[in-house]
Amino acid sequence: MSTPQSPMPQAAPTWQTAPGSAYPSYTSPIPVVRTHLGHALASEWTKIRSVRSTMWTLGVFVLLVLGMGLGAGALVANSSSNVSSLNPLSLGFFGLLFGGICIITLGVLTTSSEYGTGMIRTTMTACPSRGRVLVAKAIVFFLVAFVVTLVTASLVAFAQVAMVHGAPEPSGGEWLKATLGVSLYVALLGLLSLVVGSIVRHSAGAITIMIGAVLAPMVVALFMFSESLAKVRQALLEYSIPNQLSVFYSNSLTSSGPSGWDPLWIALGVTAAAFTGAYLLLEKRDV
Amino acid sequence: MIEAVGLTKRYGDKTAVHNLSFQVRPGAVTGFLGPNGSGKSTTMRMILGLDNPTSGRVTIGGYPYRKLPNAPRHVGALLDAKAVHGGRAARNHLLSLAQLSGIPARRVDEVLGVVGLQDVAGKRSKGFSLGMGQRLGIAAALLGDPQVLLFDEPVNGLDPEGILWVRNLMKSLAAEGRTVFVSSHLMSEMALTADHLIVIGRGQLLADMSVKDFISANSADFARVRTPDTEPQQREKLTAALTDAGGHVLPEQDGALRVTGLPLPRISEIAHDTDVRLWELSPHQASLEEAYMRMTQGAVDYRSTIDQKAGLMQPLPPGVQPPMPVPGQGQPDWYAPPPPQQGGQAFTTPGQQQAGPYAAPAAPPAGQQPNPYAQPAPQDRAPAAADVPASPAATQSEDAR
Repeated sequence: MSTPQSPMPQAAPTWQTAPGSAYPSYTSPIPVVRTHLGHALASEWTKIRSVRSTMWTLGVFVLLVLGMGLGAGALVANSSSNVSSLNPLSLGFFGLLFGGICIITLGVLTTSSEYGTGMIRTTMTACPSRGRVLVAKAIVFFLVAFVVTLVTASLVAFAQVAMVHGAPEPSGGEWLKATLGVSLYVALLGLLSLVVGSIVRHSAGAITIMIGAVLAPMVVALFMFSESLAKVRQALLEYSIPNQLSVFYSNSLTSSGPSGWDPLWIALGVTAAAFTGAYLLLEKRDV
Repeated sequence: MIEAVGLTKRYGDKTAVHNLSFQVRPGAVTGFLGPNGSGKSTTMRMILGLDNPTSGRVTIGGYPYRKLPNAPRHVGALLDAKAVHGGRAARNHLLSLAQLSGIPARRVDEVLGVVGLQDVAGKRSKGFSLGMGQRLGIAAALLGDPQVLLFDEPVNGLDPEGILWVRNLMKSLAAEGRTVFVSSHLMSEMALTADHLIVIGRGQLLADMSVKDFISANSADFARVRTPDTEPQQREKLTAALTDAGGHVLPEQDGALRVTGLPLPRISEIAHDTDVRLWELSPHQASLEEAYMRMTQGAVDYRSTIDQKAGLMQPLPPGVQPPMPVPGQGQPDWYAPPPPQQGGQAFTTPGQQQAGPYAAPAAPPAGQQPNPYAQPAPQDRAPAAADVPASPAATQSEDAR
């Protein structure tokens, strides 16, 4: 209810008539610097390293990738089956698929936890250039996720190649894809989660969306029995995130669809588009 | 210097702030008052560039907040003590904010000392009490040593020592020539701290004046007169005599009389002439709280009602009096001193009385309190005061001031 009420007559304050120079003023002895992205990067690095969720999600990620990778390596090494046609690097796939969920969670939390706790209002007051904060978050998170994934995936890859005897030696290109390629892909997936977290502004909602995006296409495709949907089914399978991830190990479910480094370009395009959207929304919306 | 011009914010069809214009000057503590939901926090968020105004603008030192170069070095704000990530240690929280605006890290330890949190600097703020959270928020506001400071309910949850500290802090900040803008619901606190007041209700400006002017414009001073409790007929006699002499008499809850329109010596003379003994004759200065209550009565959105406990009460045994309701509960107008008499002058004749736009009917006489248990229908909530827009006549009387 908003009945118009005439405001009280204002007693003309004496200071309103005073000239501008008459105002008392305070000048801080601390020098004022011009802020730039570097300041925001330092701030975001402090933030990401000072909460426990970072340690937890990355810790679980490392455990999953190492545990599942080494476990798969040990199983294959001890089995009597013929491994002459097996790429030992592909044994790292399952660890990264499940570990990816942790990176997604951390990505979402990097942005959405600020909304959940109200910290975002403090942050945006301290840095009214909202876009700069998002860019700084993206860079810091991407580097953290990429480095951790690269180290873990490389470790697992070396161990698996050493464990599985009799398999062909992977080529240089295969090595590159199974370490650098997957790490970039998983870190990009995390970055997409960060961006989704910034758009949705709700931790649980954003995590659900991202896990749904990872799993749903495959599950949906499994139930498309109808002949008329065959093409859709094929596309869903080929472009589902698990299949794209497996492309880096050259053991795609299908012969057509993305190959080589294609998944990386797809992820890059999707993330860039989502990032632009999040950036514009952040500048426009009320915090 | 904060300057708002025609500031308006709508959420859907709800107008939170409507055409608000004011200035907050440096070198003084400016209080920002208003009932719950009156748009104080929305206004503060618009000042800080967190919410975009639907129309109008607000500037700090001539710039909109988001255009300020290194904003936290010019403006410090405590909006909400809970606006921190609870999992982060206090020191790291402040460090991340300091880094964001290029403030040296040792400044973090300085402000932690200023607010008295140095011993818990390494603790996660999740475990902080409300008062400790407030202190952390104040530390964040002081971090950039800014010339403009905004505090939303700064003393919320603080201990008496902390309240005194905040009061002195505000004053000393203003004395250094800074602009200090504080919202609070604690009127006694505001009366001690603020020099100037900006009052809003339902998103509109109700007053922009000094504390002294505000009190004298929005309340009437009165005299409290008490006759011997043992002789009620003396009370009646004095009431009649005072009314004849042109005074305006209202009974109070405890049997005393509230007299306006007559100076104290005159009341004494009348009592003497009518042979009435007095137990009490005291001047009563209206407080900021009363002045504020009077002004905002019509703009209060969320008001308590009497807890009826209908159908839940045991029937009272015969002959037992139901308990008296606690004064104030569900009786929105009990605070109100008599309506201001033209121009807010105390002690004028009742003939000139005219209710102000926010005036409410005077307090009901003692002893005639509606009994909530005998009378389950809710009390009328002063509809005349709450819902009727200021009539032209009332406005004129305001202008005549």
